[in-house]
Amino acid sequence: MGGDRDPVTRIRTAPSTVIATVLGVGLPLAFLGVFFAWPVAAMIGRGFADGLGGFAEVFARPRTVRLIGLTLAQAALASVICVVLGLPVAHVLYRLAFRGRALVRALVILPFVLPTVVVGVAFRTLLRGTPLDGTFAAILLALVFFNIAVVVRTVGSAWEGLDPRQEDAARVLGASPARVFLTITLPRLGPSIAAAASIVFLFCATAFGVVLVLGGTKFGTIETEIYLLTTQFLDLRAASVLSVTQLVIVVALLAVVGRVRGGTQRRAAIARRARRTDAPAIVAAIVVTAALAVPVIALVERSLRTTTGYGFTNYALLAGTGSRNALVVPVWVALGNSLTTAVQATLIAVVVGLAAALVLSRSPRRPIARRALAAFDGALLLPLGVSAVTVGFGFLITLNQPPFDLRSSPVLVPIAQALVALPLVVRTVLPVLRSIDPRLRESAAVLGAAPWRVLRDVDLAVVARPVLAASGFAFAVALGEFGATSFLARPDRPTLPVVIFRLIGLPGGDNFGMALAASVVLAGVTVAVIALVERLRVDTVGAF
Amino acid sequence: MAILQAQHLTVSYLRDGRHTALAIDDVSVTLDEGQVLAILGPSGSGKSTLLRAIAGLEVLDSGRVLWQGDDITALPVHKRGFALMFQDGQLFAHRTVAANVAYALQIARMPVPEQRVRVAELLHLVGLDGFGDRRVTELSGGEQQRVALARSLAARPRLLLLDEPLSSLDRELRERLGRDLRRILVETGTTAIFVTHDQGEAVLVADRIGVMMDTHLVQEGPASEVLESPATEEVARFLGR
Repeated sequence: MGGDRDPVTRIRTAPSTVIATVLGVGLPLAFLGVFFAWPVAAMIGRGFADGLGGFAEVFARPRTVRLIGLTLAQAALASVICVVLGLPVAHVLYRLAFRGRALVRALVILPFVLPTVVVGVAFRTLLRGTPLDGTFAAILLALVFFNIAVVVRTVGSAWEGLDPRQEDAARVLGASPARVFLTITLPRLGPSIAAAASIVFLFCATAFGVVLVLGGTKFGTIETEIYLLTTQFLDLRAASVLSVTQLVIVVALLAVVGRVRGGTQRRAAIARRARRTDAPAIVAAIVVTAALAVPVIALVERSLRTTTGYGFTNYALLAGTGSRNALVVPVWVALGNSLTTAVQATLIAVVVGLAAALVLSRSPRRPIARRALAAFDGALLLPLGVSAVTVGFGFLITLNQPPFDLRSSPVLVPIAQALVALPLVVRTVLPVLRSIDPRLRESAAVLGAAPWRVLRDVDLAVVARPVLAASGFAFAVALGEFGATSFLARPDRPTLPVVIFRLIGLPGGDNFGMALAASVVLAGVTVAVIALVERLRVDTVGAF
Repeated sequence: MAILQAQHLTVSYLRDGRHTALAIDDVSVTLDEGQVLAILGPSGSGKSTLLRAIAGLEVLDSGRVLWQGDDITALPVHKRGFALMFQDGQLFAHRTVAANVAYALQIARMPVPEQRVRVAELLHLVGLDGFGDRRVTELSGGEQQRVALARSLAARPRLLLLDEPLSSLDRELRERLGRDLRRILVETGTTAIFVTHDQGEAVLVADRIGVMMDTHLVQEGPASEVLESPATEEVARFLGR
């Protein structure tokens, strides 16, 4: 530094800020680079290995075209159904005041946090022996069950922020309830409905566990097809072509989501008492909520069934390895593996996610820096949409040679799970950090706090609870992660979802019963974790 | 014969989802055709709730509302033929000025050519000729309130309810718009209830004044009478007498 210069004329960024920014950007970028961009890029490379010829060949297959059509149709239908069923529930749960509202809200959110394999198993038991078993409708039902919470939560919180006097003004002017809804409420909810629908579409288009369990070989998504092509047919080229196709669809969708997302949170209006005109919405909400409970109740009930009546036989069997030695390790050991892996994944996701969120929460003055931050923000959202199967598959083809020869190492599973949880951590913590009034930091600085102290006393203090909530959420997600884990878990160290899938793949004997009991255990642990998260009352959890 | 009779209205609201508190307690109001009544009171006294209760927007704990002697308590809001204008206009941001004003006309299924004529007439009445195609978000606060007034008057409401329509405006504009409001109400012969916390506005716009204090209507009568002889110590202090 030039000590001879007048310090006033040269304003430069403090070195500590530079180091912090480099760390905050560098750590997440390095992590995403090695464990996301590289594997995904390697796969894209395989798809283009012999020019566009690979694409032409794969797209010439009728099965490919059919599956892409199926993926899009199923995602589109599920989104529409979720919106139609979710709207009355959002109205009742976010606009009306009644006793037990918090409990009902939690119940409606519940399916969203259930592991995909558990949802698959629950629907399989429920529909067993009915004409719906193994149909397209069954997959659709399960996807709607899973994603309705996205609509309720996204649209609900937007609805809560709308000034109800607009509706009042229209009513007094003579508009019937239906007319008020169509001409006033619906146009104002438009952006949030579009956002929710595109997120549901995204989740459904990349659905894996549910579809794999329910679809068999007849129905599938691009995602399940990638899995089958890789593990059953060893057709890696076709798998990469499909991965690239999926990537394109997902990136396009994320662009749409990003466009419709940015709505500012307004102050919530005071919930009001129900009126007679709310009756249709209330009835619809009760029916939908009750319907959401059915698969869960069926799962628990069937898991308790024994040959002689009801009992805990299926649960006792979890200490063993199943009929015809279906498993390598007892189910309880797999649960232990799941918990250990999920803890590691959570640690990684929270450290990387918090670093990224701290950087993203700053608003730099220079336009270039601002644009770079926006790009960084987008990059962090990417793992949310890129199929976990693609990531898992990418790991297999890239991380098998120096410098990252990790294929036989047990760290791959938590890393892949952390990648899936990372966007959720960032989305939970970031809005809280952004809502900190910059003047709070300035007052701390003026009072004599050094930059690291401001970070500790303002940012980290405010964000402590959200981080705890995000940790719980990341833990639940890691616990249920199936797409990447099914690729990466070693046979002698399976996680619980992998074991459940194996058990329903080999029915007969005690295996199906064990799968049910194991699903209930997995669901129970997940729900317990999420219940703890909900108690923290951080409303950005699960918001997109 | 009074055209509006609101009898013994009581409304409670939910506090933290469970406990209830009274917003208005046993309030009765009567109004003759073509009269303008100002409800004057400090904030939190329940005057807006009274207006909303008469409009049918609040669920009544007890009491009834009569229109020309008919009980309309159970009549849904949208069938009462009233209009309500809010402090901040509550214009529909996704519609143009003309589409806002025409909202009630569309509901009444007025033919489109007639709607156009009526909208132009109303915009002229409130002094906004040629504003029809503008977006409501481009308007100033005073212009927005004028549009809100035009929208409220469009379907010739039997009763116009005004909830602090001038409070969000600055002083000078408030006086000008207040005089305009009085002129328009008289010209159109509109029966109206006007809620305000400003006695200057009340005198400017209304024939009669009712004073609300802490959920109760404590005094009601011709404007000059209320101002000259407050019924209680409390009213006198509020009126600054």
